[in-house]
Amino acid sequence: MATGVFSEGRASIDKRTLRTDKWWLQPAATFGVLLSFVIYSTFRAFEKNYYWAEPLISPFYSPCISTACLDGASHFGQPIGTLVVFGMVISPAFFILVVPLGFRLTCYYYRKSYYRSFWMSPPACSVAEPHKKYTGETRAPLILQNGHRWFFYLGLVLNVILTYDAVIAFRNADGEWGHMSVGTLVLTLNATLLWLYSLSCHTCRHTIGGRLRSFSKHPYRYKAWSFVSKLNGNHPLYAWISLFGVAFADIYVRMVAKGTITNYYFF
Amino acid sequence: MAGKVNLRIWRGDSKSGDFKDVQVDANEGEVVLDVIHRVQATQMSDLAVRWNCKAGKCGSCSMEINGKPRLACMTRMNTFEEGETITVTPLRAFPVIRDLVADVSFNYKKAMEVPSFEPPADLAPGEYRMQQVDVERSQEFRKCIECFLCQNTCHVIRDHEENKKSFAGPRFFIRMAELDMHPLDTIRNRKQQAQEEHGLGMCNITKCCTEVCPEHIKITDNAIIPMKERVVDVKYDPVRWLGSKIRKREGI
Amino acid sequence: MSQKLDRFTYDVVVIGAGGAGLRAAVEARQAGLSVAIICKSLFGKAHTVMAEGGAAAAMGNVNDNDGWKVHFRDTMRGGKFLNNWRMAELHAKESPDRIWELETWGALFDRTKEGKISQRNFGGHEYPRLAHVGDRTGLELIRTMQQRIVALQQKDKKEFGDAEKFIKVFAELTITDILKDGDKVSGVYGYWRESGDEILFESSAVVLATGGIGKSFKITSNSWEGTGDGHALALKAGGALIDMEFVQFHPTGMVWPPSVRGILVTESVRGDGGVLTNSEGRRFMFDYIPEVFKANYADNEAEADRWYDDQDNNRRPPELLPRDEVARAINTEVKAGRGSPQGGVFLDVSSRLPAEEIKRRLPSMWHQFKELADVDITKAPMEVGPTCHYVMGGVKVDPDTAAADGVAGLFAAGEVAGGMHGSNRLGGNSLSDLLVFGRRAGAGAAAYVKALKNKPTVSEKEIERASTRISEPFTREGGENPYSLHQELQNITQDLVGIIRTEAELKDAMDKLEDIKKRAANAKAEGGRAFNPGFHLALDLENMLLVSESIAKSALERQESRGGHTRDDFPKMDPQWRQYNHATRWNGKKIEVEAEKAKMLPNELVELFEMNELKKYYTENELAKGGN
Repeated sequence: MATGVFSEGRASIDKRTLRTDKWWLQPAATFGVLLSFVIYSTFRAFEKNYYWAEPLISPFYSPCISTACLDGASHFGQPIGTLVVFGMVISPAFFILVVPLGFRLTCYYYRKSYYRSFWMSPPACSVAEPHKKYTGETRAPLILQNGHRWFFYLGLVLNVILTYDAVIAFRNADGEWGHMSVGTLVLTLNATLLWLYSLSCHTCRHTIGGRLRSFSKHPYRYKAWSFVSKLNGNHPLYAWISLFGVAFADIYVRMVAKGTITNYYFF
Repeated sequence: MAGKVNLRIWRGDSKSGDFKDVQVDANEGEVVLDVIHRVQATQMSDLAVRWNCKAGKCGSCSMEINGKPRLACMTRMNTFEEGETITVTPLRAFPVIRDLVADVSFNYKKAMEVPSFEPPADLAPGEYRMQQVDVERSQEFRKCIECFLCQNTCHVIRDHEENKKSFAGPRFFIRMAELDMHPLDTIRNRKQQAQEEHGLGMCNITKCCTEVCPEHIKITDNAIIPMKERVVDVKYDPVRWLGSKIRKREGI
Repeated sequence: MSQKLDRFTYDVVVIGAGGAGLRAAVEARQAGLSVAIICKSLFGKAHTVMAEGGAAAAMGNVNDNDGWKVHFRDTMRGGKFLNNWRMAELHAKESPDRIWELETWGALFDRTKEGKISQRNFGGHEYPRLAHVGDRTGLELIRTMQQRIVALQQKDKKEFGDAEKFIKVFAELTITDILKDGDKVSGVYGYWRESGDEILFESSAVVLATGGIGKSFKITSNSWEGTGDGHALALKAGGALIDMEFVQFHPTGMVWPPSVRGILVTESVRGDGGVLTNSEGRRFMFDYIPEVFKANYADNEAEADRWYDDQDNNRRPPELLPRDEVARAINTEVKAGRGSPQGGVFLDVSSRLPAEEIKRRLPSMWHQFKELADVDITKAPMEVGPTCHYVMGGVKVDPDTAAADGVAGLFAAGEVAGGMHGSNRLGGNSLSDLLVFGRRAGAGAAAYVKALKNKPTVSEKEIERASTRISEPFTREGGENPYSLHQELQNITQDLVGIIRTEAELKDAMDKLEDIKKRAANAKAEGGRAFNPGFHLALDLENMLLVSESIAKSALERQESRGGHTRDDFPKMDPQWRQYNHATRWNGKKIEVEAEKAKMLPNELVELFEMNELKKYYTENELAKGGN
């Protein structure tokens, strides 16, 4: 039986949408960008090389906690050892990529983006979706989206580590402090954007004050909530530029590690 | 843009209907509703259209203009290209009554299902004390003019008639958020109700409701997502759940 | 004609679902009666949503010198002492309770620092008195009342298993007739707008809460519903309307674009520094300060500008004169050829306040102009002109029970009732009026029903009569287009019964109205019965005509200028005329006007005023006799 806009009793119009603008442009662009990122990051995770160029480490491989890591890249030890599955050494990237991947996958903003562009549920507002049934996030697996906050907490830990990576990038290749290169800037920018993305997140807004009933009884949390609310308004922006930031940081480190370019030192 | 404009108006009832093309005068500064009224006065005196205040304050003239849910009184003619044909239909998530008038009774039924504000028993009228910062969140949601454009655009029911039973829709999620954030409301299980009875979990936050809101209420960011987070607090977060059992309070 | 007829029986039928109607329904339900609420449009869309400023109630939250006596005094002054003093007294005394009650039903007003309901200044109110929510107070009020109705229904559902056992909302339904059994109301008759099917309510009490009459005028802030239905229903049922000559023109309505002509620009724009200028760039309001106000209003720009920062040592800017004064001044400027391109004057706030400040203080005005007119009020002036806003006149009622004069079982509250506001209403007094008298009407109707020994019955003959009237627009041969008749009517009232009136014009208006009346009796509806606006208008026309005739005739009688009634040929206010209210009644063919003696204040209320002030309003004779 016909459902949705073709249901009985509704105005009989045979078009799925009457929108005249280019409504498909945005989901198509989102689809393209997200897919490129997935392809690139998969390639990089499997590459298992060129992610460490003293003192720069790629965000895809930090912290490098497996014994399969390149020499010198493990700032936090190698507690995992080496995992081999079907004769293949599991890339150290996999152990940590789970966190940002999970954080972004369950992020309220990215959910909107990929539900629209990948799942077409709906492709755009007032454009009928192609699915016969829809249950939203009420059952497995999508009910797991409610675990967003756990990824948020883990993501904060990762942010601290990536900030550490940016700080140690204020050394030269000999480990002496007080130097700064283009790589330092790249990693600092990456860490900053990731902080903005995490702090502007809806879960952060909730945790820091949104869950309170009375703001007046918690004036400091109210201030913090107001600040995070402001950031939250730009959450989509931070989501995108921090994604580009991570990719860019990785590309930069890869090129330096491969010797394609030299990491230019200002001092 | 003075001169003639081309309008494609859907005419019909719940059984059948079709588009009718008309050409009508439009003057500078007019909105779609003016032009529809002119059609009514000069060419189709029985064209059904619902409207009241004509100033974007009552939320009556909801319809779809070039496929987008809009208030006809807030859609200026100068936002269209010269010579563009403007297509006007009734809301497509609800049954049609006639021409541009849809049957929005679904929304009134849902309104009946949300438990009302329950004041504290020990406060007499006039004794209520609330701080401005504590009422502001709920005040945003009370700006709602009940145009039901958010309900209409929401794919959960727009595209799935069968979900109407179990889904209250954005308008009522902001109502639940309003009450859950109300400093003096005494009903404490609104979060569970939102999830278990009103279908909050059906929402996949694709934000169309926010996009169409003529009052610019941040439905998704300020009501639905905070409610989803509050639901996680009481249903899916073992740490918080344990905390609430120990401290005997749900939420703060 | 075998038209489908739905029949219902209720203890009380409330016609109108704005603030007053809903408050009446709540009261009647709480008294244990069954209530039908009839909305002409959808539930919650009533014109009450348009109220911006606030609801006046002397709670004294901001200035504790305020109290009901001060509020009463302000209301009487605003109405130029023609008010029904008892109504003004009840209103001043009961408003605070009505506002506080709303909080217990979930309303969220703006707050003071102590967490009480915040109150704002408004024209004519001595102290900050208007409870408000930004500039959308009316919406808050209607939504709260709507949700209160739902709450009562939910309770009934829990208790009796049926949400609609005691209260049922009938949306998109128009009432065309009040049915009577002898001299008592026995029910109402009307049609579903959706299907055109007819509907009968058997009920011994009917509360009119139908609001205003603005749609009789061309430029109005009222929505399409303001066609004076309740006024006309009362007239036809044998009731009386009083003070119909007093129509409030809000000085600042939008004049452009045409689509929003008449839509209100809130008084707060002027309160926050906005100034009125003409095409020559002159702040003309300084030329229009009447003698009686000279002591309180600045006569030069420097002092007027200082007032915004120091209100104790400077006189108020003349832009803040009462609504009738400002409306007349704008009217005069435009007629003298000094108007703006679109036929208004300029209201400029852009040169007075920083852009951010404007957006913060006047958010909905900024949006209104940006979205409707594509004008950025932080950069350019607005064009504004007077717009028909409110009718002070209405159904003559008993102040305590809201029972309509002359028709047993009929009650009226809100804008449709007359007397409370005298010749001119203060801003903010309307929302509180709805609540105070809505409640009283509900209680009055409930008491009436309970005391009634024999329930009046509806006769088949009455049904037949009402039904025929509804189907008439379809059966007429070659009748006129109701839309063009409506336009003609609006032009007549606007031009000849508008802000400034003269004997010649009023007489002219009456002739022309007579002509339209004849033609309207022949107005034809095209198409079918289902949701047919042409058909609806053909029936509404009769109401607007009855109202227009009442206004014109009352206006012709009153040979003075007072509040919302200005006669060019009698420009002064005259205490002789304060002694009379004009009551209009319908004799089956035309409207008749009768001057009725207005009562003097009782002694305890006389004492609230200085003798010098009373002399402006009362004759020496009256004052010599003293209060009642």
